[in-house]
Amino acid sequence: MKHDKRHDLSQYPLRLEGDNVPMVRFQNVTKRYGSLTVLDGLNLDVAEGEMVTIIGPSGSGKTTVLRMLMTLETIDSGVIYVDGEPLTHMEKNGRLVRANAAHLRLIRSKIGMCFQHFNLFPHMTALGNCIEGPMQVLGLSKQEAEERALELLDLVGMADKRDQHPSRLSGGQQQRVAIARALAMRPKVMLFDEVTSALDPEVISEVTGVIRGLVDQHNLTMLMVTHQIGFAREISDRICLFFDGKIEEQGSPEMLLDNPQNERTQQFLSAVLEAN
Amino acid sequence: MLDWKMDFTWEILPRLLLAAGNTMLAAGGGYAVAVVLGLVFALAQRTRSRTLTFIVRELVEFIRSTPLLLQIFFIFYVGPQFGLRLSPWAAGLIAIGLHYAAYLSEVYRGGIENVPKGQWEAARAINLSTVTTYRRIIIPQALPPALAGMGNYLVGIFKDTPMLSVIGVAELMHTANSIGAENFRYLEPYTIVGLIFLAISLPTAWLIRRFETALRRKMGLTR
Repeated sequence: MKHDKRHDLSQYPLRLEGDNVPMVRFQNVTKRYGSLTVLDGLNLDVAEGEMVTIIGPSGSGKTTVLRMLMTLETIDSGVIYVDGEPLTHMEKNGRLVRANAAHLRLIRSKIGMCFQHFNLFPHMTALGNCIEGPMQVLGLSKQEAEERALELLDLVGMADKRDQHPSRLSGGQQQRVAIARALAMRPKVMLFDEVTSALDPEVISEVTGVIRGLVDQHNLTMLMVTHQIGFAREISDRICLFFDGKIEEQGSPEMLLDNPQNERTQQFLSAVLEAN
Repeated sequence: MLDWKMDFTWEILPRLLLAAGNTMLAAGGGYAVAVVLGLVFALAQRTRSRTLTFIVRELVEFIRSTPLLLQIFFIFYVGPQFGLRLSPWAAGLIAIGLHYAAYLSEVYRGGIENVPKGQWEAARAINLSTVTTYRRIIIPQALPPALAGMGNYLVGIFKDTPMLSVIGVAELMHTANSIGAENFRYLEPYTIVGLIFLAISLPTAWLIRRFETALRRKMGLTR
């Protein structure tokens, strides 16, 4: 960026205050890979407890939104807030500066993520995967961590596979363990990045079933990227359609899916629905 | 023709077996240095500090591009000029350990780079620190594929220990030379040395392969 970064950041609040602080706020966030702009001045608020689904063609930047929030990607401009606090930046002498590693770790603790390819730790059992973070990061004793992990493995229907290594589990089972692993860290925000895309069709429902249960049971804020329009319609409070690094259109599932205003939205939806 | 003397063989065997103990000690000690220092070299090249990465990278290249024998001589004979006065054993272990650390660091690097990116991302998603991520997630997965290379270098370091004889470490080769010089007979001592090396190298290589398989199974990395 050519202009002064400090001046640029002065227009962003140090923290979000007031009655309706969103759980997640992307404020004017831009992400580039070299000359390619993946996200272009994104503004997106997600309220506490809200389930927001991001859909869109590949390369539209939807996965990048989740990865930035998980701090797996840096951002080029703008500020991301989580629970009112800046995530990508921190306050220093009354102004925002780039977050250091300690600040990132602190705010990141509110966020959990599940991946398309599960990314379970292959050298640990299902239970081992779920107690690793609680023991190493939250400082729980092994007994406490195991109790909590077993509750969660039970929640995702995997308690009987607690001693199995990931290589012994099917894709759907691995993804359910991965959800339990993320939940064991007690996140306020859960991110689901195409969690059913690598699964065989017949096991997709075991994972969507778990996510549906989370919507019902927990007051979790959730952001999901998916190609499953039907599932998105069923559980989302809001759906955002991304195109070329921008939100093309957003609204409730009924509004967006049944009565899309935008021509590109209509084209995308008809293409996807035809494929399904 | 072949003039093998059995009574001479029995006479020198205890002395050679004792020296074999020294050889194993030198190989084991040098390897212990190499295993730890190699990991330090490998990790130093993965830090964010470009300067550190550059220095360690060049050091590793330098060590790998010069003969071990020269390094042994250098540390033992030139070291004192820099105030580094070491016993043959200490100089030998440092030289051989440093040399093999350079090679092992490459083995580790390969193993670490082999761990999928998704493992780093999953570790970050549960907020593990960088040190914990290496210790609990990355290194345990980098180890089994690195074991074959590590085993090769264990056998390699073992076979290179005769070089320590040049600075007077009383290992197998050194002892065989002495016996030969004292008795004007070289056939028996050198033959026995060769057989002892074989008798240790072959089972070691086999044990390492067994260990690798067992480790993979124990870690659940195979079906």
